[in-house]
Amino acid sequence: MIGFATRRIVQAMIVMLVVALLAFTMFRFVGDPINQMVGIETSIEDREALRDRLGLNDPVPVQFFRFITKAAQFDFGTSYQFRQPVSELFAKRIPATLELSFASAVFALVVGIPMGIYAGLNRESPISKLFLSVSLIGISLPTFFIGILLIFLFSVTLQWLPSFGRGETVQIGSWWTTGFLTISGLKALILPSITLGLYQMTLIMRLIRAEMLEVIRTDYIKFARARGLPDRLVNFRHALKNTLVPVITITGLQLGAIIAFATITETVFQWPGMGLMFLQAVQNVDIPIMSAYLMLTAFLFVTINFIVDILYFFIDPRLRVGRP
Amino acid sequence: MPFITNEDPKSAVQDSAAPVKEPGRMARFLDSDLFHSFLKSKVTVVAATGTAILFLLAFLAPWIAPHNPFDLASISIMDARVPPFWMEYADPRFLLGTDDQGRDMLSAIFYGMRISLIVGFCSVVAAAFIGISLGLVAGYMGGRVDAIIMRIADVQLTFPAILIALLIDGIAHGIFGAIDREVFAFYILIVSLALSFWVQYARTVRGSTMVEKNKEYVQAARVIGIPSVIIMVRHILPNVTGPVLVIATINLALAIVTEATLSFLGVGMPPTQPSLGTLIAIGNDFLYSGEWWIAIFPGLALALLVLNVNLLGDWLRDALNPKLR
Repeated sequence: MIGFATRRIVQAMIVMLVVALLAFTMFRFVGDPINQMVGIETSIEDREALRDRLGLNDPVPVQFFRFITKAAQFDFGTSYQFRQPVSELFAKRIPATLELSFASAVFALVVGIPMGIYAGLNRESPISKLFLSVSLIGISLPTFFIGILLIFLFSVTLQWLPSFGRGETVQIGSWWTTGFLTISGLKALILPSITLGLYQMTLIMRLIRAEMLEVIRTDYIKFARARGLPDRLVNFRHALKNTLVPVITITGLQLGAIIAFATITETVFQWPGMGLMFLQAVQNVDIPIMSAYLMLTAFLFVTINFIVDILYFFIDPRLRVGRP
Repeated sequence: MPFITNEDPKSAVQDSAAPVKEPGRMARFLDSDLFHSFLKSKVTVVAATGTAILFLLAFLAPWIAPHNPFDLASISIMDARVPPFWMEYADPRFLLGTDDQGRDMLSAIFYGMRISLIVGFCSVVAAAFIGISLGLVAGYMGGRVDAIIMRIADVQLTFPAILIALLIDGIAHGIFGAIDREVFAFYILIVSLALSFWVQYARTVRGSTMVEKNKEYVQAARVIGIPSVIIMVRHILPNVTGPVLVIATINLALAIVTEATLSFLGVGMPPTQPSLGTLIAIGNDFLYSGEWWIAIFPGLALALLVLNVNLLGDWLRDALNPKLR
């Protein structure tokens, strides 16, 4: 277990180093950072002085080392467009993205799991077939078009729900803002989280259905039924439990995908999160924000992957046997 | 040395049987397992027909579209925002209405689908080319080259493709500047899509190459001193392309969706050469003022295209999978 965890951590650190190298290359070589910081009237001498002061004349490995040390302390420099420290900009927007991702993950699980169980247990019923066809359409519709359709239906035509922003938010602590505590905040959350979670919901539903179909044919389920255990007990205690291992893996990995696809959903709904900021940075070539977003998401993905690997170990007893 | 060039035992059998009776290529295809499984699945037949129709509409757009949406002389701002045919104030010239500049939506969709498909095809070919080359080299060479290529692939797999495409697009902006973007948008898009999707090809090809390289025909080729590059391209490549076709079909749908997403986000095709995604982005601004058709029709066309290609890809994957036979 410890050997496994150490190996995983070393791998994760290598991934982070490679990503940092990429982010650094972007930061240092795409466009001239000095040109972005000073005005047109700054003289060449002043530019050189600034270059020297920022350490841009040092050998590249020294600069890279400095970049990593600063990044480890969440110092990613100053945004070209906003003239503010990148870390402050991100701190303001992280709560919005995390709340949206959390709400969509909950939506995907709460709706996807029961649908999957039903479709797995009643394979031939018309409702199961309906679920499957709907899920196929859900997979084929691009995320942004789902958002547009929902806005068209619920905001423009029916006028039930807002189509942009977070609604009213409440400040908790020094930097966290939440939309979970106000009615307008919760209403604003509904459409974006459905948009973002729909793909994951269909994925989880199909996965649980496939796993259920497989588990139900196994011997121990037949024996449980032969013993006369009630259906409900067999279905949930014996069958469902054994479908959960792949579901947890996929859910964990999809959490990363949710955070990445939040970029699109946030753009459609003008949700003030870090994805929207990243997209604006891409459009305006704001390299510090782009490289910081790259490092932050890489860190999130690597951490999630690590936690999933470790969870695997605890859930599936077979993995524990015979390993040092 | 003629006995070595005849590396595929199947073709040898066919050659000897040829003089007896020769069923044409088409007849053999019509009698194959693949074609039978195709006819058996009604959904697939419908999807194939749908795909064929959409492809035809897209590629024949300049000849069959009722208007040319890019001909500035023929469009008139007086025709702007005409609703589709069943609504009030509709104009019989514009079946699905017009957009804010008076361009016919139906024609714009045909042309947009054409651009979406061209970008999709080119990026799939480019991704397959990069992936197959790197996979062949990694699998055949092994050792350090293999380790480096596959570690890069692993790191890239940690990220969703859309993020990578966005990043590459952002970097390209930085390098080329805003002015050249219109000109280069098409190429930037293809490069960023290709660099986001190559990993799957590389992994598959590497796996099969590692199996093939220990077979006798490769060893024989090596013994008679054929250079590695030729062994890889002429001898191994034809034997590892089966799974690549399946990945390519499934990736085509993915590439079309990713292209549409990038264009929707404003970093893909520019409004002067709109793909379906760009059309939806343009229409999105008019959703609130009631002109819903400008966004919804291109979106439905995109969904229809992706759904049909997806269904075909799913069927092909199952039909070619020996485990499911």
